[in-house]
Amino acid sequence: MEKRLEVLKTYKIYIGGQFPRTESGRYYIPNNASGKKLANVCLSSRKDLREAVVAARGAFGGWSSRSAFNRSQILYRMAEMLEGRRAQFLEELVLQDSSRIKAEKELDLAIDRIIYYAGWCDKFQQVFSAVNPVASSHFNFSVPEPTGVVGIIAPQGDSLLGLISVIAPVIAGGCTCVVLASETKPLCAVTFSEVLNSSDLPGGVINILTGKPSELTSWFVDHMDVNAMVYCEKDAVVQKMIRERSAANLKRISFYDQVDWQTEAGQSPYFIMDTQEIKTTWHPIENIAGAGAGY
Amino acid sequence: MAVASSGFSLPEFSPRIDQVGVEERAARFTKRSIKNDSKVQGLKLVLNMIDLTTLEGKDTDGKVKQLCYKAMHPHDALPGLPTVAAVCVYPTMVRVAKKALEGSGIRVASVATAFPSGQSSKDVKLRDTKFAVNEGADEVDMVISRGKFHAGEYNFVFDEIAMIKEACGEARLKVILETGELGSFDKVRRASDIAMMAGADFIKTSTGKIQPAATMPVTLVMLEAIRDFYYKTGRMVGMKPAGGISKSKLALHYLVMVKEVLGDDWLNNDWFRFGASSLANDVLMQLVKMQTGTYQAANYFSVD
Amino acid sequence: MAKSTARKKTNTVRLKFDTSWSYDPAPESRSAASISKQYDLFINGEWKKPSSKKYFYTINPATEEKISEVAEANQADVNLAVGAARQAYEKTWGKMPAKERAKYIFRIARIIQEKARELAIIESLDGGKPIRESRDFDVPTAANHFFYYAGWADKLEYAFPNRKASSLGVAGQIIPWNFPLLMAAWKIAPALATGNTVVLKPAETTPLTALKLAEIIQESGLPPGVVNIITGAGQTGSSIVNHPEVDKIAFTGSTEVGKIIQRAIAGTNKKATLELGGKAANIIFEDAPLDQAVEGVINGIFFNQGHVCCAGSRLYVQESVMKQVVRKLKDRIASLIVGDPLDKNTDIGAINSKQQLQNIQKYLEIGKKEGAEIYQPSCSLPRKGFWCPPTLFTNVAQSNRVTQEEIFGPVLAILSFRTDDEVIEKANNSPYGLSAGVWTDKGSRIFNMTRRMRAGVVWANTFNKFDPASPFGGYKESGFGREGGLHGLLPYVNLK
Repeated sequence: MEKRLEVLKTYKIYIGGQFPRTESGRYYIPNNASGKKLANVCLSSRKDLREAVVAARGAFGGWSSRSAFNRSQILYRMAEMLEGRRAQFLEELVLQDSSRIKAEKELDLAIDRIIYYAGWCDKFQQVFSAVNPVASSHFNFSVPEPTGVVGIIAPQGDSLLGLISVIAPVIAGGCTCVVLASETKPLCAVTFSEVLNSSDLPGGVINILTGKPSELTSWFVDHMDVNAMVYCEKDAVVQKMIRERSAANLKRISFYDQVDWQTEAGQSPYFIMDTQEIKTTWHPIENIAGAGAGY
Repeated sequence: MAVASSGFSLPEFSPRIDQVGVEERAARFTKRSIKNDSKVQGLKLVLNMIDLTTLEGKDTDGKVKQLCYKAMHPHDALPGLPTVAAVCVYPTMVRVAKKALEGSGIRVASVATAFPSGQSSKDVKLRDTKFAVNEGADEVDMVISRGKFHAGEYNFVFDEIAMIKEACGEARLKVILETGELGSFDKVRRASDIAMMAGADFIKTSTGKIQPAATMPVTLVMLEAIRDFYYKTGRMVGMKPAGGISKSKLALHYLVMVKEVLGDDWLNNDWFRFGASSLANDVLMQLVKMQTGTYQAANYFSVD
Repeated sequence: MAKSTARKKTNTVRLKFDTSWSYDPAPESRSAASISKQYDLFINGEWKKPSSKKYFYTINPATEEKISEVAEANQADVNLAVGAARQAYEKTWGKMPAKERAKYIFRIARIIQEKARELAIIESLDGGKPIRESRDFDVPTAANHFFYYAGWADKLEYAFPNRKASSLGVAGQIIPWNFPLLMAAWKIAPALATGNTVVLKPAETTPLTALKLAEIIQESGLPPGVVNIITGAGQTGSSIVNHPEVDKIAFTGSTEVGKIIQRAIAGTNKKATLELGGKAANIIFEDAPLDQAVEGVINGIFFNQGHVCCAGSRLYVQESVMKQVVRKLKDRIASLIVGDPLDKNTDIGAINSKQQLQNIQKYLEIGKKEGAEIYQPSCSLPRKGFWCPPTLFTNVAQSNRVTQEEIFGPVLAILSFRTDDEVIEKANNSPYGLSAGVWTDKGSRIFNMTRRMRAGVVWANTFNKFDPASPFGGYKESGFGREGGLHGLLPYVNLK
């Protein structure tokens, strides 16, 4: 009997809820440590980035104005979907040089991390808001609001956990994002986008590109419709470039180069706050019949 | 509910009023610093805008006559003073006041329409008004039916004012809203608009019998109503804050407010009055102080 | 006696102002303020001669007369100041119990209150703002800011849940000329409360109240070096920004300079707070309390001659009330008094500098060329000094430069709109996002508008309100970080 030929998976990018190949037609082949070719992975171009930002901007209005409770439910659903595809993620993690035990642990943490942020969706606002006791007859309150479209250069290591740890707080807070997956370990990111597509997350909220940070980071930084940048490597030259060039539209910059995603320090509502703005609203309070009322 | 008889409906013409904004604006007028000549000129203007008032159950001919003398001769020790604008009394006292003031140019104003509560029948109010006018009143200060107003019967309120206006004939009609009973600036504005639409020559804050009476914020709301009415119709309506204005400094703040909201056309006693009794002496004390440079004592100024 | 029916044609009805009874001059007495002929640099608790040996004049923009001369700090002076701040951070201030730090800050607040009149006079002399504003707003709010943050010093553990806050070190602070003392307070008070030390540079056209504040700080007994105040122009500021021993930059000023600073500190660990430009939309719906809205518009654009980053410089009026609002605005600005900043009756003072006046005038020309209709009340302006009457532009389009660019002067662009969606889109159609205003009587619309407008401060049925307890700061190119309130602490701490 002839051996059945395995159907190989095509690793595509994820833009606006669709799975296109890169418009450039380019690809690259990352190898694992033992020299095995992982896949023909899309080598995304600046035009893919452009499309992804358009998708993220388009999704921002709807996503940011959904109820926090609804966002919470969608994140939870993402975790459910992720749990359901354990086998595939484990296989990919192992293929990308993780041990079985480490891969199990990373996957557990990744799922739990989404749950963690699912829980924060409708709570961080309460923790970081304030009603401000101003000295005039006004009601005054400050609340966090999502800053907009966030560009994320995902951690190169921890290709699943790291990715989820930087995406989850951004979308939990109502931002949308364009993520460049780990260059050398991109498989989980692509599979994760399939998870996203089968969860209830609206298209465009998370857009995932594969490719080279060395090629694309500066395009992220220069893009005038990206409001914030998350960068996770220690590369001082790149960090300097990001801060320098992001001045063009004053992006909010977060460097997570000292975070161990495997620990508790890899999660907190302060990560959500990194891509939030504080809005303060004033309104007069009528004071009829109050002490000293002029009426 | 539309006011059928007048062809307008309320929500369309009365804008909302934000209390905090009104109070901030009113407070800003008080920041004007009035010095030297502008102060003297202002004080004389205030004196000339006063409706010297006595509205008491115990009013007698004698009391009214004395008040009228004071109106004509506020403080003879200081030459060149204007007289007050009017003397304001109950209808029964109009004849006495009219006679006492003869030839002085000072007008006689009479309250009417079951002052101060307004709780009487149309017929009584009409006769009250006609009586005052027949006795010689140059001006009639009527009260609106606040109960009907609160009940939403705006066309009743409107019709009543229109009816009294007709009864006034040549006399000018001041419509007292009794703002202290209206409860909000929104209602003050609405009542002002109804009064002007119905033909008021003046709108007036208070009877003086209810607290709070005139305040700067409530007066500001009414002045702005007058301005909008003027914009819309080209017809000037006068303003009379009454009750609670007893100090010159406060009166000057009111003048500033009139000047900056309505402009100079309103800065005379044809279009602006103070309903007050004790204000006059404070103004006189200030004027004497301005002239002599020394602070004054009440005992040197006649009480009426 | 006038006829009771003085009826005129509606379309010719005009209110008349300022013909008969006018206000006599009521100048605040300059002698109530003592100003030295020359000011040195306040470094390490002492007045030091600048190593440049150079001084520059600060003038009264209302008269163009020299008021005083102040030292120009060069790199060596900046080194000294930063060194003093570092030393104080490590030796005294950083080690002091928080409750003791608090008491120093309270003390500074009190002395500002005691010297309020003098500070107000100097502020108006040096910057051109009306004494009414410096007396009733700038100075008391500055004192209140110190008072507010003083109390935070020993309560920081309540400000950041599940985190421990620690100070950053030396804060370099560069402030603008529009609210000289108040901006100094906004910067210094939270920095001190969180345990940092300070090198502050006031703007070169308005250094005097900051130097007066240095005297107050000296009087308060604050340990030497905790606050250093040095004067100079852009180069001095640049030396502070680039100094390696500075851990934090707080800047208020133009977006252009903010970007330069952001670039300059790239590659360092310096934290930054940038409070930059704006082009705030102020929106009037037809159901608004119109007279209060008009007053809010006036306050929004003519407060401090329009030299306000959050000024409501783009007015959107629903078309159904457009005519009415414009008419009310014209009548309102007819009663604004432009002139001597020290006169208690002045509403609009002098433009801060010749350069700024030229910039405003440039935009007036641009507006006219773009086809906008310009309206200015007839008011006589003093011959000397820098003046600009309150100005309205009507018949303006969204694409006009006077709609899009920050003018930073008493110039209002008025546009119409029809629907909620349209006006939200237009309001957000700007690279800035500092502040916004909305006027409507409808509660649910207020909440929709205030939520959807992309700006850090949103005033509903009010405008240009400030309070020490209320965070202030922008979205987008208006900068980042907040000043004021609980949220104003974060830019001055590390969290662990």
